[in-house]
Formats: sequence, C-alpha cells, structure tokens
Amino acid sequence: MTTSIESQVLQPYKYGFVTDIDADTVPPGLSEDVVRLISQKKGEPAFMLEWRLKAYRHWLSMTEPTWANVHHAPIDYQAIRYYAAPKQEKQKLDSLDQVDPKLLETFEKLGIPISERKRLAGVAVDAVFDSVSVATTFREELAKAGVIFCPFSDAVREHPELVERHLGSVVPYTDNFFATLNSAVFSDGSFAYIPKGVRCPMELSTYFRINAQATGQFERTLIVADEGAYVSYLEGCSAPQRDENQLHAAVVELVALEGATIKYSTVQNWYPGDEQGRGGIYNFVTKRGKAMKNAKLSWTQVETGSAITWKYPSCILQGDNSVGEFYSVAVTANRQQADTGTKMIHIGKNTKSTIVSKGISAGHGQNTYRGRVQILKSAIGARNYSQCDSMLIGDKCGAHTFPYIDVRNSTAIMEHEASTSKIGEDQILYCKQRGLSAEDAVSMIVAGFCKQVFRELPMEFAVEAQNLLGISLEGSVG
Amino acid sequence: MLEIRNLHASVGGTEILHGLDLSVKAGEVHAVMGPNGSGKSTLAQVLAGHPAYTVTQGTVHFEGKDLLELAPEERAQAGVFLAFQYPVEIRGVTNAYFLRSALNAIRKARGEEELDPVDFLDVLDRKLKAIGWDDSLMQRPVNEGFSGGEKKRNEILQLAVLEPRLGVLDETDSGLDIDALKTVAEAVNKLRSKDRAFIVVTHYQRLLNYIVPDRVHVLADGRIVRSGGKELALELEDRGYDWIREPAAV
Repeated sequence: MTTSIESQVLQPYKYGFVTDIDADTVPPGLSEDVVRLISQKKGEPAFMLEWRLKAYRHWLSMTEPTWANVHHAPIDYQAIRYYAAPKQEKQKLDSLDQVDPKLLETFEKLGIPISERKRLAGVAVDAVFDSVSVATTFREELAKAGVIFCPFSDAVREHPELVERHLGSVVPYTDNFFATLNSAVFSDGSFAYIPKGVRCPMELSTYFRINAQATGQFERTLIVADEGAYVSYLEGCSAPQRDENQLHAAVVELVALEGATIKYSTVQNWYPGDEQGRGGIYNFVTKRGKAMKNAKLSWTQVETGSAITWKYPSCILQGDNSVGEFYSVAVTANRQQADTGTKMIHIGKNTKSTIVSKGISAGHGQNTYRGRVQILKSAIGARNYSQCDSMLIGDKCGAHTFPYIDVRNSTAIMEHEASTSKIGEDQILYCKQRGLSAEDAVSMIVAGFCKQVFRELPMEFAVEAQNLLGISLEGSVG
Repeated sequence: MLEIRNLHASVGGTEILHGLDLSVKAGEVHAVMGPNGSGKSTLAQVLAGHPAYTVTQGTVHFEGKDLLELAPEERAQAGVFLAFQYPVEIRGVTNAYFLRSALNAIRKARGEEELDPVDFLDVLDRKLKAIGWDDSLMQRPVNEGFSGGEKKRNEILQLAVLEPRLGVLDETDSGLDIDALKTVAEAVNKLRSKDRAFIVVTHYQRLLNYIVPDRVHVLADGRIVRSGGKELALELEDRGYDWIREPAAV
C-alpha cells in the first residue's frame, strides 16, 4: 500500500471537555476504610458492606491478569481515587430541573438530553457522572408498567431483596481481578427489573461520564428480566481528554429468567488517548449474562474509544433452548489496543449461540478478537456459529484472532468463519472514480463491513455508531 | 472534448506510454486496440487518475480543463467515467446505495440538489428502461459474488446512471460470452449521443462488430502507431498485430 493510505490524522476527540464542578471525593488509595467509607456515603444496608469487604479481602490475594494481548505501564492502585461525586444539595430532588445546571449542560453537550423539557423520545436515560447517578428520566412512567429503572444505589436501599438475590449471581465477587475490585468499590450504575411477562415499554439507557481527575470509574449494572419479560438496554460513555490514563472497571450482570429476552447494546467512546498514545481510558470491563430456559441474551457493542479495551461480554446458556448472541465492532486507531470478544458457555440442551465480530485497525492500532465457545457434556444438540472478520487500514496496524473451542458433546454443531481484508488503493480508486471523496469511500466501505452488527443496534444508536466510526477513522486514508 | 498530447506515463519506475497523442470530439467513439502490454490499460488508468501511475511528460485536456491537475473524484465529477476491467467488490454496500451516493456526490459538485432514495429510484427506473435492463443487480452488494458478465454489466449500468461526458471502457468485452457481449454493446449503443464520447479499449475486434467506432487506433509500445476508420479493426483481425510493428508501406 502506498503512502497515501498511511497518513494518520485522527480528528480530535469531540467529548474531551472538563466540567468545572465541586466534587465530594475520598483521598486516593484503597483500604478497608475506603470501602467502608464508600458504603457509608451511600447509606447501604449491612449485606452490601459485607459483600464489598469479602470482595476487597479476596482482591488482596489476586494478581492482575497478563494474558491479554495488550501492553501498558503497571497501574498504581493506590494512586487512584475510588469515589468522586458532584456536590449536590442534600435533600432529595423532586424534579430533574433541580439538578445542578452544570451537570445538565454537560449531558446536553454530550447529546444526552435529561432535562424535563428535552427528554429523548421513547428512551429512558440514567445519567452517571463520575461515581454517582445524577438523573434518571421516565421513572414514573416505567413504574406504571411495573418496571424498576433506577440508580444502583437507590436499588440497594429501595429493593434490597432483588439486589441481594441477583447481585453476583452471574459475576461472583471472586470472578476476576477487575470484577473483584469493582465488587469492593463500585459506586453506582443502573439497576433494571422487568416483571414477569412485561415488555418494557421503552428503551432503557445509561450514559456514563468520567469527569474528575485521577479517578477510577467502577460502575455496576444489574438487569433482571423476569419470566417472559423483554427489555432493550443501551449504554453510552465518554470522558475528558487528559494526559494520564484513567481506569474504568465496570461489571454488568444480566439475568434472563425463563422465556425472557435481554438485548444489551453499547456504544463505547471513552477518550482513546492522543496520536502518541498519551492518556486515554483503560477499559477493563466484565460483562456477562445468564439465560434460563428459552431465554435469549443479545450483546451488541461498538467499541471506538479507550486506550485499552479488555472486554468479553459473555453468555451462560444454562437453560434448555436458550440463545446467546454477540455482535461486535471494535475500532483501534492511533495507538489504541483492543482485546475483546466473547464467551459462550453452552450448558442446556439445544442451546444456540451466534458470534459476529468485526475488527478494524488503523494507524498503529492493535485489535485482538478472543473468544471461547464451550459446549458442556449436558448441552445436547448445541450449535454455534462464529464469524470473525478483520479489516486493516494502512500497514502499521495489526489484527489478531484467538478463537478457543472446547466441545465435550459429540452432538454439537460448530461453524467458524474468519477473514482478513485490507482497504486497498483499488477500492478507494473505484469509489473516487465514481465521484466519491476518499473519506466518503472509507466510511462507506467500513459501514458495509460492519453492516451485520449495525443492523442489530436500535435505530438512534445505529446512526450514532456510524457517525462515530466516520469520525474515528477520519483522515485514515489520504 | 479530450486532447492528449505527447503523454508519457510510468508505473513502478517503468515507462509504459512513450508519447501518446489522441484527440476525441464529442459524439465520437474511438477504439484503442493493441497487443498485450502495449499500454492500453495504462491509458485508461491514467485518465482515471490511478495513483500508481505517474505522468512524466505531456498534457491531457478535457473540455478545456487540465485533467492531470484534478483528483480522481474531481475527474469523475467533471464527467470522466472509467468502466473498469476488474471492478472491485465492496462488501455489505448495496449497488443502489453505492450508486445513489456516487450520483449525489457528482450532483453536489455541480451545485445540483442531492436525490433522496425515492427520487433516486425514479431516476434509476428511467435509466434502466432506457437501456432495457431490469433492477436485479441493484439490491446486491457492489460486485460481490457477481459473475464476470454481471460485473461488466454493472459498470455499464453505473455509466448509464452517472451520465458522464466521456466513457472509457477498459476491456469491457474480456471474459464475456457472445450473448453477454451483445447485451453490453446494445446498452452502450443506446448511451451514445452527440454530447458524449467513448474510448473503447479492447484487444479483439469482436466487440467492434457491435459497437461500431468512428476511429480505430492501434497502440504498440506505448504509442499510437496507426489510426484509421472501422475497417482498420477488420484488417487487424485478419493480419494480427505483428504487421503493425513493421514500418508502414510507403
């Protein structure tokens, strides 16, 4: 490929601003006292503190995993601040209009309307700013349908029985280094419960924003769809542009009871760092769902941000006939690194899973797909289809694929397809010869490459995702 | 419409065209023939602005503009269309979407309003009717899984929709059976007009039975060595390319 395709100029990150707002923070560092302080600030019941402390003690015995195909300087866990909350009046807010205007403005700037007047039609939003949830829209409307959608800390206080029953049921506090850390210090996140037989009347969505400096974000999301329920949930995120790296270690647990469906979509746009690889978010996230009989879990993710992405949204297909899906687009430009994929664990009979992964690498980006498909002895008649496609733009980037397949049942049917392609001079010339600019050509070729994933996204998100890809890759091809 | 003077072009440091002259007027069809390696495809790629080809000498003017100064997309917007010998595939992008984006890019460059999908379908419908084809290719991804014949047909279909002033057909006949060749040639004939010119690059005379040229040029070793009317093509068919290299009889 000639030099014209090598030129790498990334359009500046659009969401890199900082909101100047007083924060209630704890001093940097991690200890039992800090864990107790977080729990106390949130007014949590005893079971919650006990769980956090068990996690913290377990974490002390663990070491950071090194198997991922990513490289970074060691993280100093004592230099991180584990709690930061924008200062608010103490009394309970009656309406969103009482939220600090600076916060509302921040979310408006990000295109997330949470004020009473400018709600996003048909989408309920929970906005999380640093460690706390600042606003949740449509709560009353949802309550009429019996749907609970609220900040995690509210759920701990108001629905402790639901939280206690399901928290850690999919991702136990002993699960892995980052999930265990999260279990000890998680501050907020979203909680959703959809009762038996209810189809959630609108899309639920959470928008995460890191603002404070040298602060880690550790949110926890728990979504429970009771028997026969349906919910579609969207997650978006961004962070200011800073020279140091910030840690984001979240946990998402999905529980789909018999016959339930949970569709979880993410457009991840954390600050990716600059061209030299300075700054950016370390996105070390554990996402997993459990599907009971006839239930369905579907993960769709578009990962364009973060300096490092380490993330494997997975499905435990426990019940017979349960279905797991994973659709992913991961983009790495400049010096970004991504090691992402999924795990499909087939336990029940006739369980089915589909994996479609699209990795795009540009600049010096390194993109790794890592997936595990496990068919246990009990999973008679299980089926998996996996497709991993990589696209390279320029010749300094890399694409890597590590598919692990572990089959213990001879009735299983497994299919795996993989491809690697390069946006070539010839493709670009072909588009240009028809009158299209190089930028339009690249975004068209990339959108075509990602189509199978984009069509799984809810409409508003599909448009956002496509624009985001266009921006991330702008200037990749000259 | 097109004036090529003393064109020298090289690829990978090797000069392929050694001083080519060609003049094409609106409404004319010129055939450029020649043996393998004579520079026929190089000429087509240079006109399109392929970045791998470097023009080292000479000029190309298209409707008064210095074509060599223009980027490939600007040439397309100005009305130069290349029907590729090997059309590339674009996965996941439907032909209809691709063509509408291209047409809108060209319209935008000309200061015309862009077409929404509904208006585009009207335009497409008219163009297809004009050349007598159906829309069976439109919802398939660009060239993906197309047969050789379908790819070539798709190039002509794009030409019909984008309405260039100059159409350069680079070995559009290669790999076509006789029926497909006729279909493509008939469509090209319907697209001939007094405002539009064609340069038909081909190795064989066969295509010229169907697309009858006004002028035939023979390219050898990077130069046009002989020009004539349509009968020159028939003569080539009879005598092969070798006699052309011999000095012309005085």
